[in-house]
Amino acid sequence: MIPPAFEYLRPKTIPEALTHLEQHGDDAKILSGGQSLIPMMKLRLARPAYLVDINRIAGLSYVKEEGGFLKIGGLTREAEVESSPVVRSKYPLVFDTTRVIADPQVRNLATVGGNLAHGDPANDHPATMMALGAQIVATGKKGERVIPIESFFVGLFTTALEPGEILTEIRIPAPPPRSGGAYLKVERKVGDFATAAVAVELTLDDKGVINKAGIALTNVGPTPIKAKKAEEFLYGKKPDAATIAQAAELAAADAQPSDDLHGPAVYKKGLIKELTKRAIARALDRAGK
Amino acid sequence: MAKKELVKIKVNGREREATVEPRMLLVHFIREALGLTGTHVGCDTSNCGACTVVLNGKTVKSCTIFAVQADGAEILTVEGLMSNGQLHPLQEGFKEQHGLQCGFCTPGMLMSSYALLQMNPNPSEEEVRWGISGNLCRCTGYQNIVRAVQFAAKKMLDNKAAAQGGRE
Repeated sequence: MIPPAFEYLRPKTIPEALTHLEQHGDDAKILSGGQSLIPMMKLRLARPAYLVDINRIAGLSYVKEEGGFLKIGGLTREAEVESSPVVRSKYPLVFDTTRVIADPQVRNLATVGGNLAHGDPANDHPATMMALGAQIVATGKKGERVIPIESFFVGLFTTALEPGEILTEIRIPAPPPRSGGAYLKVERKVGDFATAAVAVELTLDDKGVINKAGIALTNVGPTPIKAKKAEEFLYGKKPDAATIAQAAELAAADAQPSDDLHGPAVYKKGLIKELTKRAIARALDRAGK
Repeated sequence: MAKKELVKIKVNGREREATVEPRMLLVHFIREALGLTGTHVGCDTSNCGACTVVLNGKTVKSCTIFAVQADGAEILTVEGLMSNGQLHPLQEGFKEQHGLQCGFCTPGMLMSSYALLQMNPNPSEEEVRWGISGNLCRCTGYQNIVRAVQFAAKKMLDNKAAAQGGRE
């Protein structure tokens, strides 16, 4: 399949890219990893007249801890996150998530920024970033603004990014001591979109009581869903089997899946319940229960 | 029609160039503009991995990247694996261990395995399966492909040890 014709623009700096975006408005699309955009162009689901390729902009690809955050540059490839020692040791939820996205070749090009900016509820990072309480840095002609992840996903394929803005950084708050997270996904085959998936991030106090809980769900609604009832229920509790089971029920109640080729809605609710249970258990294990 | 772009890529050690439409996919550039048909078009939807090439040291699916994006890059395709008339140990492994039947997925399998062994010269079975998880094979059931990659890993390590031993 040959994508429709477009003009190719290759800015070397962010201001140059922003000028292109301003000039071409809705006719322009940002080309980052391209692993969602190019397939969509082949299918004519996207037909941008201009592609602004940001891959040649220097300094947008990094994973570093700074000022109490893990900072991931807007152009950072999934493979770089997957092989980052700090992610592997301190951010198991991010590591789990990155490893189940597509396959090695796709992860060599696909970016975390693109995974979020695409606004696809079937993508994996959105729920993970919600569970972690991440922030999105958007850069536009007027400068930078920080968008809390809770208000980033507006609807199906729609985010809070303005047409003239570029997602330039993702900031994840550094986890306090005794934190742990896990991402569990059911997919038909390696590299597939999630039938359903659950991201959990928990922090315990010195008595083993949960004092921070982030739970979010992948591909069971038009946007990633924050399982607020389950989070509130876990807060202040010392987790045991009954508590975990109850939280899993609450998370499943927040899911809004629909019937599709991956399975009927009732099956997906069941998946969310079981995956939440297992993800909480793994997160607690990693937090050093 | 959109403005054409001059694309220069070092392919298998040789500078190549062509002026193409920006929408030309890398796999078509390799096959049609350069005439290197070892890289296959399989599913054309980023699933099967038959079009895998090594771009600046990393595997990519050449059906899901535009040729213009690779301007200035270095690419290795299956044609670049042989050297001095000798099969690459991976090619030898696929031959010896029956790592192919119809052969359609083989170029992609070879390139993914090549990148894996660059990164991890002595992979476990599980690591080999991870390394080829973006490549589909409908014939072999993967068993012999895994054996072929491990055959090559052993041969490459043996060759390296022999070369080092010879120097001492």
